[in-house]
Amino acid sequence: MTLTRRTFPGFAALFSAPLAWVLLLMVVPYAIMVSVGFWTRQFPLFHPDFQFGNYAQIFADPQYTTVILRTLKIAALVTVCALLLGYPLAYFLVFTVRSPRLRNLLYMSVIVPLWVSYLLRAYTWKIILGTDGALNSLLVSTGIVSAPLDVFLYNQTAMVVTLVYIFVPFMVMPLFTVLDNIPRRLVEASEDLGVGPFMTFWKVIFPLSLGGVVAGATMTFCLSFGDFVAPVLVGGPDGIMVANLLQTQFGAALNWPLGSALATLVLALVLILLQLSSRLDRAGRVDLS
Amino acid sequence: MLRLRWWQKGMVGVSLGVLAFLYLPIVILVMFSFNDSKVTSFPLAGFTLHWYEAFLANGQMLRALGNSLWVALFATTLAVLIGVTAALALDRYEFPGKRLFQNVILLPLSLPGIVTGIAMLNFYKQIGIPQSLTAVVIGHATALLGVVVSQVMARLSKVNRRQFEASADLGATPFETFRRVTLPAIRSSIVGSALLCFTLSFDEIPVTYFLTGREVTLPIYIYSTLRRGITPEINAIGTVIVAVSFVLIVLSVTLLRDRHQS
Repeated sequence: MTLTRRTFPGFAALFSAPLAWVLLLMVVPYAIMVSVGFWTRQFPLFHPDFQFGNYAQIFADPQYTTVILRTLKIAALVTVCALLLGYPLAYFLVFTVRSPRLRNLLYMSVIVPLWVSYLLRAYTWKIILGTDGALNSLLVSTGIVSAPLDVFLYNQTAMVVTLVYIFVPFMVMPLFTVLDNIPRRLVEASEDLGVGPFMTFWKVIFPLSLGGVVAGATMTFCLSFGDFVAPVLVGGPDGIMVANLLQTQFGAALNWPLGSALATLVLALVLILLQLSSRLDRAGRVDLS
Repeated sequence: MLRLRWWQKGMVGVSLGVLAFLYLPIVILVMFSFNDSKVTSFPLAGFTLHWYEAFLANGQMLRALGNSLWVALFATTLAVLIGVTAALALDRYEFPGKRLFQNVILLPLSLPGIVTGIAMLNFYKQIGIPQSLTAVVIGHATALLGVVVSQVMARLSKVNRRQFEASADLGATPFETFRRVTLPAIRSSIVGSALLCFTLSFDEIPVTYFLTGREVTLPIYIYSTLRRGITPEINAIGTVIVAVSFVLIVLSVTLLRDRHQS
């Protein structure tokens, strides 16, 4: 319905509470965070100001730039690994599993872990990879290694493994949806024209699934970029990520203006990626109806 | 019987591997919660319920558990009330700024929770609200609004609009139409997203971390315990959390699935 004098009262009754909530508890807090990013700190107080010193410090101090670059690298690695693991799984569910009941059951078993306690799923990797953890004791008791190895935990590989584990279902969800929406007629037509299954996959299925790839990759990248639990639990001394810097600025370092500037950068990155992803999706969309 | 090429067999292999990868850690958590040893290593030392007794006797942990349940209950109620009205308004009306509003309300779905936590912390500080469980409830409800809005809107978009018109033509008031036509059509998506919100709020860390005061929630309690070291007690409470969340999520996913697919 468009808004007219007649429909407006109903609209206002429905919409005023959500509008007030979003303005007061989302728009205003984000705006305050952005503006605190321009404030100055005179320990232990913060003063309203408008200057770019916090941003200058973030980009000039190697302590910060190293962590930002590392976080970008880890988030990119997690995204690529999640795609490499998630795509075959989604393809398998849609094209190889023939029984709809089995397919639904398997799909459910992939997405259910996504919502089950994020903290505990990160924590299990700590007990698996630790020096006296499950993996080491298994290797020692089966005689593969003679003494426990400490190479598994507290490094970037452990972080990537843990984050991939946490976010793989996010990748599978959109991929499953796009693959499931590809009309089977197209695949059959391609095969009838004598195209082999691999070329059918490469020329027909894969291009039509790019929207799902973009959506899954965006989610995985954004969320792993801002994670702070995995670095604390399984990351080592060289495993600090941007979110841990943020924790410090609002904790021990007590520098809210710098922390707010950094959080604003994360917000900006996510907004840019979401924008890019919706552009790509619209440009790549093929009308299949 | 279908014949698979080598690369298709590879894909099947990877898929089964990923499924194992998703469940093995959970199996290990459950296994060690019953293991009679202080360290989480093989070979298993024998069956015990000691770690479950230990957490049932841990007053601090139980208090945190209680806090988490209250927070999840209130946050879910708020998120559902605001989220369903927002979804109805977005579904039914065209108004200026609609896309922008929709993007803002859905933003926390892909924004790392830490940013929402920091934004709200700054906000509370400016208006002088201390960090507390109430602050956490409002933070969770805000972060979870998007879950309710997206699920309920998805369901509304599949409802046949003529039902609403018919109801109005037959003389029903807008409230009657809502209660007798709209609500039954979207009920399962409301219950499904409420269960999802409850589980997510119960497990939430990043927003809670910044907004909680002296009273902590269970995930924050576990998180701070973990930084000091591992105790098998965590495996026991973890197993209980995983089991309960599992049931709630399976229910939720079943309710949220499109009916025409089943």
